Amino acid sequence: MSEILNSTEIKLINTNGFQGVLNDTLKAKATDILETIKFPTTRVEAWKYTRLTKISKQIFNVSKSTIDSIEDLSIVKNAFTIVLVNGFYNEDLSSKELPEGISIDRIQNSKSPLIGKNLKLENEIFNSLNTNFTTDGITLTIEKNANVETPIQILHINEGEQTVSTTRNLIIAEDFSKCSIIEGFVSSNANTCFDNSVSEIFVGKNAFLHIDKIQYQNDSCYQVSTEQVEQQDDSTFTINTITLNGGLIRNNLNIEVRGQNCNTNLNGIYQLKGNQHVDNHTIVDHLVPNCESNELYKGIIDEKATAVFNGKVFVRKDAQKINAFQSNGNVLLSDDATVNSKPELEIYADDVKCSHGSTTGQLDEEAVFYLRARGLSEKSARKLIVGAFINDVIEKIKNEEVVAYVQGKIEERFSNTK
Amino acid sequence: MISIKNLHASIDGKEILKGLNLEVKAGEVHAIMGPNGAGKSTLASILAGREEYEVTEGSVDFDGKDLLDLATEERAREGLFLAFQYPVEIPGVSNINFLRAALNEIREYRGEEQVSAKDFMTMVREKSALVELDAKLASRSVNEGFSGGEKKRNEIFQMAMLNPKLSILDETDSGLDIDALRIVANGVNKLKTKDNASIIITHYQRLLDHIVPDFVHVLYDGKIVKTGPKELALELEEKGYDWIKEELSI
Repeated sequence: MSEILNSTEIKLINTNGFQGVLNDTLKAKATDILETIKFPTTRVEAWKYTRLTKISKQIFNVSKSTIDSIEDLSIVKNAFTIVLVNGFYNEDLSSKELPEGISIDRIQNSKSPLIGKNLKLENEIFNSLNTNFTTDGITLTIEKNANVETPIQILHINEGEQTVSTTRNLIIAEDFSKCSIIEGFVSSNANTCFDNSVSEIFVGKNAFLHIDKIQYQNDSCYQVSTEQVEQQDDSTFTINTITLNGGLIRNNLNIEVRGQNCNTNLNGIYQLKGNQHVDNHTIVDHLVPNCESNELYKGIIDEKATAVFNGKVFVRKDAQKINAFQSNGNVLLSDDATVNSKPELEIYADDVKCSHGSTTGQLDEEAVFYLRARGLSEKSARKLIVGAFINDVIEKIKNEEVVAYVQGKIEERFSNTK
Repeated sequence: MISIKNLHASIDGKEILKGLNLEVKAGEVHAIMGPNGAGKSTLASILAGREEYEVTEGSVDFDGKDLLDLATEERAREGLFLAFQYPVEIPGVSNINFLRAALNEIREYRGEEQVSAKDFMTMVREKSALVELDAKLASRSVNEGFSGGEKKRNEIFQMAMLNPKLSILDETDSGLDIDALRIVANGVNKLKTKDNASIIITHYQRLLDHIVPDFVHVLYDGKIVKTGPKELALELEEKGYDWIKEELSI
């Protein structure tokens, strides 16, 4: 099999002889697509505000390396932790004692027909690249009826120069199970690395799955991160996407609500500075009746950073009695900060309650002055007000260690500006 | 305590204060009255450090320090307190959390110890009672959902908590009914000591029935044009500002 793609358009990945670990059938499909596909330009609606030239013009290397410790990198200490360095599972750094009710294996060992089931490859360059060049990943099954108290932490660490990590996770929350996952994307002396990750998530009947996704990579790093989720009857799925640092990040969150009486919660925070760019694209597809979805994303954008929020909610013809709420709020801290916020509701049913809202504004200077007039420094005043702005999203994070981590990074950002 | 000499200030190129002079000593209560547009709020804003105003001439000495050289928060830490005319609402920022942070920043500035959580809550209970502010309101977001009277009482509650040297009350009485007025005045009176001072900026005389001033100044067209004892306020109320204009042939 050719190591460098046939298409003259896409070079991107120097595999160093490495072959992607997914099965041949899936890879064949992806190879087909990669032969003719091009990187999307800003003339493609889904990529209108995110320029990919920084990524497409580079070559990244598959690199199996290691680091000494995850001490300063992990998001939480109390968890069963799975460590991937540059997209490769690292047994030494990962936890040993598996909690009850969980089974974990490496994705290459899995024959599950769910892998690739809902993931669209046509016209999707990053999904196709992920399928062809998967370095590693895990299948995580939360067993039927299991109530797993210990959080599961999946820690993606990029390291070195120009490396590429291509991970594929399969997460199955079986019927009546309950579990929370923390997925962290962090950097350890990383420079200009690229992360292309996909998680395929299946939430069974009456299952509860909560994911806190934390992105805290180096300014020079790029990431495209996709979650493809399917929910069955009576289940509750919550995902909090918290972007605290990174160069260019695109998050694709696609949720198909296939069961009735489901609860779907998508929340997010993005704090940007410098020339950083974050693009959150979300899709909630209500296929059947009697479900509720809630989406709340808040952004704090400073200096010359840019943010994109594109939240789509589909309510199909037979999906009556759907409550779908979406809200995006943004605070611009500088004159050059930019946000493009596009909520989209496509409703085909006629007995539904749906709303969407988007606000973009600056910090209330009057409020800042008021606090300063009481003795608070300007920095403390701004920090308090920004903290208040994102507080309703912070409240969606149930894990106290994660809250402390997130608040710590936000505080750090405020202490370092101006 | 505070010595304002020949203060000239403008906003957007328009001169509002045209040579204002004022001396306030410790233990004194000074009232400043004047018609709309005279510069009352401008004076309060400039003393608090609002950056929209430009001081073009003059000086302000606050206990030996050049006030105009200090940032807003530094002025607060030096002991200046402004009770706002229109206190802003700050949703999501807890009233007592921010006060505790402010108190601690002031203490740090003065080289004093930080206040403990227990001591702080005791202070909150004590001081909120002073202005009959329900402890529940004290722990909500700053001014969020507060009525006009509650907002003004919250200003005096904060004043009680921060214990300033000089407090400037910017039309604290406007919009208050007589009951609210009495509570606010009562609070201010209780906080008065021989070591602190207040400047009461007011449009109406009635507040001065409750907070009795040592001096009344008339601010007209950017200058203090007349100073007198508390009776001057009554005379002004009776005769109106036109009387001043005639008297001084303005």
